[in-house]
Amino acid sequence: MNLLDPQGPVAAANSTILVDSVAIMLAIVVPTIVAILGFAFWFREGNPRARYQPDFVYSGRVELVVWSIPALTVILLGGVAWIGSHQLDPAAPVPGTGSPVRIQAVSLDWKWLFIYPDQRIATVNTLTVPAGAELNFQLTSSSVMNVFFIPQLGSMIYTMNGMVTRLNLRADNEGKLQGLSAHFSGDGFPDMMFDVNVISQLAFPDWVAATAKSDAVLNEESYKKLMQQGIEAGRPVYRLDDPRLFDLIATQHIPPGPGPQVASDAPHSGGQHAR
Amino acid sequence: MLGKLTWSAIPFDQPIPLVAGGVVIVALLAVLIWVVVKGHLPYLWREWITSVDHKRIGVMYVLLASVMFLRGGSDAILMRIQQAIAYQSQGYLPPEHYNQIFSAHGTIMIFFVAMPFVIGLMNLVVPLQLGVRDVAFPTLNSVGFWLTATGALLVNLSLVIGEFARTGWLAFPPLSGLVYSPGVGVDYYAWSLQISGVGTLVAGINLVTTVLKLRTRGMNYLRMPMFCWTTLASSLLMVAAFPILTATLAMLLLDRYLGFHFFTNEAGGNVMIFMNLIWAWGHPEVYILVLPAFGIFSEVVSTFSGKPLFGYRSMVLATMAICVISFMVWLHHFFTMGAGPDVNAIFGIASMIIAIPTGVKIYNWLFTMYGGRIRFTTPMLWSVGFMVTFIIGGLTGVLVAVPPADFILHNSMFLVAHFHNVIIGGVLFGAFAGFTYWFPKAFGFRLDERWGKAAFWCTFIGFYVTFIPLYAAGMLGMTRRMQHYDVAVWRPWMIVAVIGMAILTMAVVCQVVQLVVSIRNRESLRDRTGDPWDGRSLEWATSSPPPVFNFAISPDVRGEDAYWEMKAKARQQQFAHAQPEYQDIEMPRNSPTGFVCAFFASIMGFALIWHIWWMVILGLIGAWATFVVFAWRDHDEYVIPAADVARIDRANIEERRNLVSLAGSV
Ligand code: HEM
Ligand SMILES: [Cu+2]
Ligand SMILES: [Cu+2]
Repeated sequence: MNLLDPQGPVAAANSTILVDSVAIMLAIVVPTIVAILGFAFWFREGNPRARYQPDFVYSGRVELVVWSIPALTVILLGGVAWIGSHQLDPAAPVPGTGSPVRIQAVSLDWKWLFIYPDQRIATVNTLTVPAGAELNFQLTSSSVMNVFFIPQLGSMIYTMNGMVTRLNLRADNEGKLQGLSAHFSGDGFPDMMFDVNVISQLAFPDWVAATAKSDAVLNEESYKKLMQQGIEAGRPVYRLDDPRLFDLIATQHIPPGPGPQVASDAPHSGGQHAR
Repeated sequence: MLGKLTWSAIPFDQPIPLVAGGVVIVALLAVLIWVVVKGHLPYLWREWITSVDHKRIGVMYVLLASVMFLRGGSDAILMRIQQAIAYQSQGYLPPEHYNQIFSAHGTIMIFFVAMPFVIGLMNLVVPLQLGVRDVAFPTLNSVGFWLTATGALLVNLSLVIGEFARTGWLAFPPLSGLVYSPGVGVDYYAWSLQISGVGTLVAGINLVTTVLKLRTRGMNYLRMPMFCWTTLASSLLMVAAFPILTATLAMLLLDRYLGFHFFTNEAGGNVMIFMNLIWAWGHPEVYILVLPAFGIFSEVVSTFSGKPLFGYRSMVLATMAICVISFMVWLHHFFTMGAGPDVNAIFGIASMIIAIPTGVKIYNWLFTMYGGRIRFTTPMLWSVGFMVTFIIGGLTGVLVAVPPADFILHNSMFLVAHFHNVIIGGVLFGAFAGFTYWFPKAFGFRLDERWGKAAFWCTFIGFYVTFIPLYAAGMLGMTRRMQHYDVAVWRPWMIVAVIGMAILTMAVVCQVVQLVVSIRNRESLRDRTGDPWDGRSLEWATSSPPPVFNFAISPDVRGEDAYWEMKAKARQQQFAHAQPEYQDIEMPRNSPTGFVCAFFASIMGFALIWHIWWMVILGLIGAWATFVVFAWRDHDEYVIPAADVARIDRANIEERRNLVSLAGSV
């Protein structure tokens, strides 16, 4: 999950900006720290060679330098921020090879549902994607806020009930990655880690076909069961009944997740225990 | 009759909070019994609880902060141990506990440690530095303190009755809404902050008025010590920002209590409004905390370098610039919500702009040391440690203000490391520097230097050992608030962090020992002159501890570094000046208003949390009646006769004369 080992163009650009910004700042931070320690040491009371200048309290030239150094750094970094924000906007296209894959992600209490509307399948807690293709995510939440994040693919984004956010990513190399929720969402939050399988573009249709054979069907009814609070230890896959399911969730035609279901008025047992 | 309160509210099945709570209650009872049996109660009531003296109130604020620091620190230890062992296991804290602990830790550390610590120091020092007898509204000051204490009490009550919030220190809806958090935890959180928030607001109003209206003769704005400037900036922010917090929490409470839909999923509620509002308060809040710390470092660096502050006007400008810009950057806390590239870029750049005045401050401290004659006392060590540490925290802060970098760092352990880097390295180091620097002023004796330095080094080293690993874990994709995890590469860093935590714990032990040793050796550490550090500003011009009226004769200020110039002049004139003419001094009377008001506010808060409506009304009437009684008072001042003033002052002048002539002869 190393941020400095990116597996896609977005993550690569994110981490390049991260490293470059640190380098730019280190260029002034390191000399400043050295100066602090140096001055503090040299002008210690016991040093007879240090000249005491109690009247050195103002110098126009020093002031000028002192305001310009941080200002210049910020101008430089501001440029990086401006260009970076535009190039790496989560909704900006990330062209790839082959046809783009549409994925609709829904954060549930406490699992991730990935709907592939064009393939008419859905998965829970595993995201399988073809390498090299553009991945168009639409994201929403069934209940509370979460953040969708695959560290090695870059750019995270919030999921919110009644709203749809967008994110485009690309995974360049086949292999296994991990994703997680990066916004606390309740007792089962740490178990919202999910597997990301990046497979070849040739293997992807086979995987889709195999998944579409699943006995389980995802429709409004089974979705409502799935959105109950709880942890999903397995990795269920579904045939998608209605490709508009995501829209029904995002527009609240399917009401938000119900929260804790323990019928108890004991105040410290507000949540269904995670395990 | 008792609303939602039943026996099941006491967590008999959960040993950790129950035992912890039990120990605290027993300790409190023991102290109380000791106080009563020894007959100290009347003294405490007279001299402290009902005191409206800004120095006493300042000390009580700092005491509250220190006690709460022990609580917040214990939470930190619990969390660090949990994350060290909860690899592929549940650790020893189930999620419903862990989540309460990080929420309580954050809430307590910000609202009941950092805030009261800096407000306490400002209370103690600012009137002295301005050369005045008290703050603008002494009784209100006491009300503010006691309401803050009420908030702290309620948070700690949740340990044994009910539960605390499990929603983090900012309680984001919809998670904090009634549907997803039906328990009383969020109510404890919200009502404690509502009540203490009123306290903070009045403290802010009081300090702003004091600085703007109550300066001694000749103390114009550009002669004020830097700490007064940062106090002004910080309290202006309190006055401007805290109402936002109050309004936001009020909306959350309306959602929870009366079925409103400000932030719910249903009926058109919008959680993003909460995000915006809470951070419109939250970002200024961090500057409310750190600006006073900047002021403390300015005083300390200048005093121990034996030089006036370098680039004073530049520093004033930088302070006020930070004060204004800090209101324009809140969106950097949710770059990852998909606001669009222009919005993100503009707020990113605005956030970086704050780094400019902050950088200027660092350089000005640097040049204050240049050409100085630096004495490495404990406060100076904290200051140099701060400069180094804070720059690193500033670097990572500017980094997360670059939106594309924040896209992979948001909410990560890297972020946790960043804000502890600035909050511990900035606010806490500043609080400790101020504590050791002004302790002799408050109590009349210095703190032991050996233990003080040990505390510094343990904190300094412990900080890096604890938080560098969190930066590393963040770079490995670890997100915050994880009760357990299955990722092997995170584990080693969590184990190193726990070692760092052990060093930090030693630092706290050193601080406690320092206090005990210093109290024991107080005679040899006694500060007879009132000027133990060869200080430069007016607080050192009076005795330690100062008399209730602070200054027998209101000082007449002729320039920056007022007291430094007085000393220089006195040396020149060989004390040829005439005996001062003493006059009667009127001082505000003690008042139990604050304490009684807070007593009723505690009842009201508790009753609101548990839906005990008759008790709410009782508390409300009680608090209101207290105010009415206070408003109808006849006498609010008493007179100290000139003869007494003269007697108190002459003793100090004698000591001080010896000091100045001694210093003059070397
Ligand atoms: C004394 C050493 C300290 C240690 C070892 C420590 C440790 C921690 C840990 C482990 C977390 C939770 C990380 C997570 O699970 O996401 C945390 C969160 C936090 N800490 Fe500290 N902390 C310390 C001091 C402070 C201080 C002095 C402050 C503020 C004045 C502070 C403010 C916070 C805040 C606001 C949070 C966020 C809570 C939340 O997630 O809602 N901490 N700290
Ligand atoms: Cu939204
Ligand atoms: Cu901020």
